[in-house]
Amino acid sequence: MAILEVKNIEKHFGSTKVLKDVSFSLDEGNTLAIIGSSGSGKTTLLRCLNFLETPDHGTISVHGSTIFDAALPASENEKDLRRKRLHFGMVFQSFNLFPQYTALENVMLAEQLLAKERPDFKQNKKQIYAEIEEHGKALLTQMGLADRMDHYPHQLSGGQQQRVAIARALALQPDILCFDEPTSALDPELTGEVLKVIRGLAENKTTMVIVTHEMTFARDVADQIIFMDGGVVVEQGDAKQVIDNPQEERTRQFLSRYTQG
Amino acid sequence: MPEMFWSVNQSLLVALVDTFKIFACTLIFAIPLGLVLSFGSMSKIRPLKYTIDLIVWVFRGTPLMLQLFVVFYIPGILLHNNIWGSGTDGRMLATIVAFSLNYACYFSVIFRGGIEGVPAGQREAGEVLGMTKSQIFFKITLLQMVKRVVPPMSNEIITLVKDTSLARVIGVVELTHAGYAYIKAAGIIWPLFYTAVFYLLFVGILTLLFNYIERRLSYFR
Repeated sequence: MAILEVKNIEKHFGSTKVLKDVSFSLDEGNTLAIIGSSGSGKTTLLRCLNFLETPDHGTISVHGSTIFDAALPASENEKDLRRKRLHFGMVFQSFNLFPQYTALENVMLAEQLLAKERPDFKQNKKQIYAEIEEHGKALLTQMGLADRMDHYPHQLSGGQQQRVAIARALALQPDILCFDEPTSALDPELTGEVLKVIRGLAENKTTMVIVTHEMTFARDVADQIIFMDGGVVVEQGDAKQVIDNPQEERTRQFLSRYTQG
Repeated sequence: MPEMFWSVNQSLLVALVDTFKIFACTLIFAIPLGLVLSFGSMSKIRPLKYTIDLIVWVFRGTPLMLQLFVVFYIPGILLHNNIWGSGTDGRMLATIVAFSLNYACYFSVIFRGGIEGVPAGQREAGEVLGMTKSQIFFKITLLQMVKRVVPPMSNEIITLVKDTSLARVIGVVELTHAGYAYIKAAGIIWPLFYTAVFYLLFVGILTLLFNYIERRLSYFR
């Protein structure tokens, strides 16, 4: 069953149409890769899912319930919006770790703040914080960062920072984890360690949407691929089929630049 | 001669208390007011933004000495009533009001730079983690902003120490006024020059304090 359904999303910035009638759906446990050249709208699409941009048209549903509908007035309160956001996790191209906090504190912060809203927070404060710390440590260990928990972001390599960012996004157990070009800001020798972690998440059936320029990786790890160009979905389908045997001329042209290089 | 030296020290120390009063009160009022003005100058409400831009332009665009005269004399001229109260307290109050308004304008620009200097990605990272606007400001933006504004603020605050000497134009007996008074009263000029030692010590202590704060905030980048 589809965990995520996106229908007829449109987005303008001023008079420029950045997304035109974008629709797709994603099954639970599957990975979707979004490919396309710069300016094709893939990052904007991801930002719409995370409520960092508001689509001008269309709907977004998670688990069958509509969490966004452009036709409805945007009158909801901050609390509602925050709850809806938590369906999605986001890993940014430039990591966006909080520099004043250690790796572990980065992972724990949001969970600690959310815990304050729990009705039993005052009675069980100590226990709740202990659980959050244990959870944070487990996530960082899973990311291969057991010995880097007390390091500040500037003391970590780009690859390590991005793995902390992944752990931070996983901490709130989102239904769908989004990646915005997670390796584009990394040196080539550091992309491998981040891709390995994402590959591991795919094997554990984490539902993911990944905007990427790593075609080989997309082919190997993703179940589905969307190729975008000029704000429209040009082609979508099974990852291996789209990459190995594209049906559209524009997809072929785009992919040829990667296979030649 | 040594008795003279000690009596000069004593009267300069008394005047230093007033210098410190202007300095401390200005900081206490100008920092929060500057923060409010900085939020206003970033507001999407155009009339509010333009009003604040105008206020900042006027206070940064005219001499602080002139502002002291205006704040001290204009209410009396317009209202035929000295709202500042008579005597030294009134002069001190007018000085603190003029200084606070003037410095709040300078601070607001520094604060705006500090807030806008925090990358948008920091706020966005907080948003996607379900944080509220105030959590994002207090848990993420604020400390990064403080780190950014410490060097420019240290400049302004050191300037403030020396600007307190302007208060003598409306008769506040601060350090420079007290030193200057010896020319007429005792025919000696060295107390005026000697006030420099007090300013240097004051600024020296502040410099150490700012170095300490910068060191304390150097654990992150």
